[in-house]
Amino acid sequence: MVLLSLAYQSLKNRKLTTGLTIFSIGLSVALLIGVEQVRLGARESFSNTISQTDLITGARGGALQLLLYSVFRIGSATNNISYDTYVHFQKHPAVAWTIPYSLGDSHRGFRVVGTTNDFYEHYRFRRDRRIEFAQGRLPNGIFDVVLGSDVAATLQYKPGDPVTVTHGISQGRGLLNHDDKPFRVVGVLARTATPVDRSLYVTLFGMEAIHADWADGAPPMLGEETPAAKMTEQNLKVKQITSFLLRAKSRIDTLRLQREINTFADEPLMSIIPGVALAELWRTIGYAEDALAVVSVFVLIVGLLGMLVSLYTSLNERRREMAILRAIGAGPRKIVLLLVAETVLLSAAGAALGVGMVYGLSAAFQPLVERHFGLYLPIQPLSVGSFVYLAAVVVAGLLIGFVPAVKAYRNALADGLSVRL
Amino acid sequence: MMSSNPAVQLNGVNFAYRPGRPVLDIAELRIAAGERIFLFGPSGSGKTTLLGLLTGILKPQSGVVSILGQDLAPLSNAGRDRFRGVHIGYIFQLFNLIPYLSVVENIVLPCRLTPERMQRLRGAAPEQAAKEVAGRLGIGELLHEPVANLSVGQQQRVAAARSLMGTPELVVADEPTSSLDFDHRERFIELLFENCATAGTTLIFVSHDRTLLPMFDRAISLPEINRVRT
Repeated sequence: MVLLSLAYQSLKNRKLTTGLTIFSIGLSVALLIGVEQVRLGARESFSNTISQTDLITGARGGALQLLLYSVFRIGSATNNISYDTYVHFQKHPAVAWTIPYSLGDSHRGFRVVGTTNDFYEHYRFRRDRRIEFAQGRLPNGIFDVVLGSDVAATLQYKPGDPVTVTHGISQGRGLLNHDDKPFRVVGVLARTATPVDRSLYVTLFGMEAIHADWADGAPPMLGEETPAAKMTEQNLKVKQITSFLLRAKSRIDTLRLQREINTFADEPLMSIIPGVALAELWRTIGYAEDALAVVSVFVLIVGLLGMLVSLYTSLNERRREMAILRAIGAGPRKIVLLLVAETVLLSAAGAALGVGMVYGLSAAFQPLVERHFGLYLPIQPLSVGSFVYLAAVVVAGLLIGFVPAVKAYRNALADGLSVRL
Repeated sequence: MMSSNPAVQLNGVNFAYRPGRPVLDIAELRIAAGERIFLFGPSGSGKTTLLGLLTGILKPQSGVVSILGQDLAPLSNAGRDRFRGVHIGYIFQLFNLIPYLSVVENIVLPCRLTPERMQRLRGAAPEQAAKEVAGRLGIGELLHEPVANLSVGQQQRVAAARSLMGTPELVVADEPTSSLDFDHRERFIELLFENCATAGTTLIFVSHDRTLLPMFDRAISLPEINRVRT
C-alpha cells in the first residue's frame, strides 16, 4: 500500500511524461479495443443485413451466389425461376409472406430490382426495422421507380426525374438501353445502411414491360417496339422472376419448406437459410479482421515500449531518490516493487483511458460511420475478448516494469549511499 | 535495548569495491551506546564507505561488523535492509528528501516502510509523532509544505526529524551541516543532541570540518584507524 501510494505520488510529480505515457498507451488500447468493437459491430451489422426472412429461394446453383445477388446485389443469377412456381409457394399454407425479386438490369451501375409492394410491407433488416420512404410514395404504375437512398444521393435524383434502365449490369450508360420506355421517380427510400440503399425498385410489371418485345435475349428491331403508352397490367404477363424471400408461418416449418423447395419436381430450385449462409460468408472474409487485429497488437506493443523507454530514461534522474529510500530501510526488493507498481499504474490508467476513448469516439462518430460506410456500430458493453486484451495490457505493464526495476535494483546496490552529484 | 552492548563493534574489517584496491582496513572500532561521536577525515578517506558498512548497505570482505549487539554478516540482504529500517536513522549531506512528498509525508516515511518503527511510536499516530519531533526541531509550521519550498537548513531539519522518528538506537549523519553557515550549523547540532539525548540515541556525525569537534563526546579520525593509506 505504501509503495503503491509512493508510486502514485512519484508519477504525479512527473505530470508531463506520465500524461504522455498514459496517453500513448491509451491510444494503443483504444485502437485495439476499437478494432475489436468494430469487428463485432461489423459482424453484427453484416448478419443483420436481412432479418425475419427464413428462406431465400432461386434457381439451383451456388448458395453463396444466391445470397450475394439476392441480398448484396453482387453478381447475377445464371437462371430464373418461373412465376408460376413463385405463386405456388406464395400460396403455400405454411408460408406467411414472400417477396419476389426480378434482377438483371441496372441504371448507371446501380441494380434495378423488380419487386412487388410486399417488399415495402414485409422486408426487415437489423432485427425489426422496415423500409421507410424519405420522399414520395409506393410505385403504383408500370413505369414508376423508387430509389434507394445511396442512388438518390449519388445521382442527385428527385421525384419526377426520368430514369432510363440499362439492359444487363454495367457502369455508366450501357450499350443496350431501354430508352424507349423511361421510368419516372416517384419515391426515395430512407437510409437503411444496407445494400437496399444501392438499388432502384420498379414493379414486376415494369420489369416485364421493358422486356416485353424481347425475344431470346435480343432487343426488338427498330420500330417494332410496343409503345409505352400501350402497356397496361392487363396485357402484360409476368413470366419469370429471379429469386424470392420467404417467411414461414412458424419457424418449425422452415426446414420442412426448405426440403420441399429443394426437391420441387417442376423446376430445379434451391433455398438457403440467410443466417447460415451469412455466417459462412463472414468466415470466408474474416481474414481481414484478423489482419486488423494483428496490426493493433503491434501498435499496443509500441505503446508499451514507449512506457518502458520513458521509465528507463527517468531512472538516472531518480538515483538519488532510490538512495534515500534505501537509506531509510527500503531494500532493493521494495525499490523493484515501487517501479513495477508505477508501470502497473501507468498501464492500468492507459487501459482505462483507452476504453474511455473507444466509447467517446464511437458515440461521436457512430452517425458519421453509418452514413459514409453503411456500417452500424452499436455501442455495446465490452466483449470478453476486450477484457482479455485489457488484462493482457496490465500484465504486460507488470512484466515490462521489471526491466527498469532491475536496473534500479542494480543502481541501488552499486550506489549504496553515495550518489555523486 | 540500552544494554551493555556497544552501539558499534568492528573487528578486523576489510573492504574493497574492487579486488586488490582496498579502501578500508580497520583493526577495531568500538562505540558505546549513547555516545556522540565526531568522525572526521579528508575527502576520499572512506568516511561514507565506513557508514555503508555500519548501516549494512555494504558488506565487508572480511571481519565482523556488529551493530547494537547484532552481527550483520549472517543476515540476508533483505534482513540487513530491515535491520537498518528498524534501528538506524540516516541523514545525508544534501538532498535528503523525496521531492514529490510533503514535509510530513517525508518524516513519516520510515514508519510507513518499517512496521517495527511504527510500533515504537507506542500507538501514537505517525503524523502526531511527526508533529512533535518537527516541533522540537523548530519546523512545526512547515509540515504541509512541499519540500521544494524549503531552505537548505529547513530541509536538513526535516531529514533529522525523519531519522529520529520512532527513536532508532543509532543515528548516522553524513556531513549534514556542510551546506549550512556557521550559526545554523551549531544550532542544528544542538537540536540533534537534544533529541538524541531524550531517547539515549547513539550519534555518529561525519564531517571534515574540525571546528565542530569540541561539541562532541569523542572524536575519531578515520585516517588514524584505517590501515589503508590513500
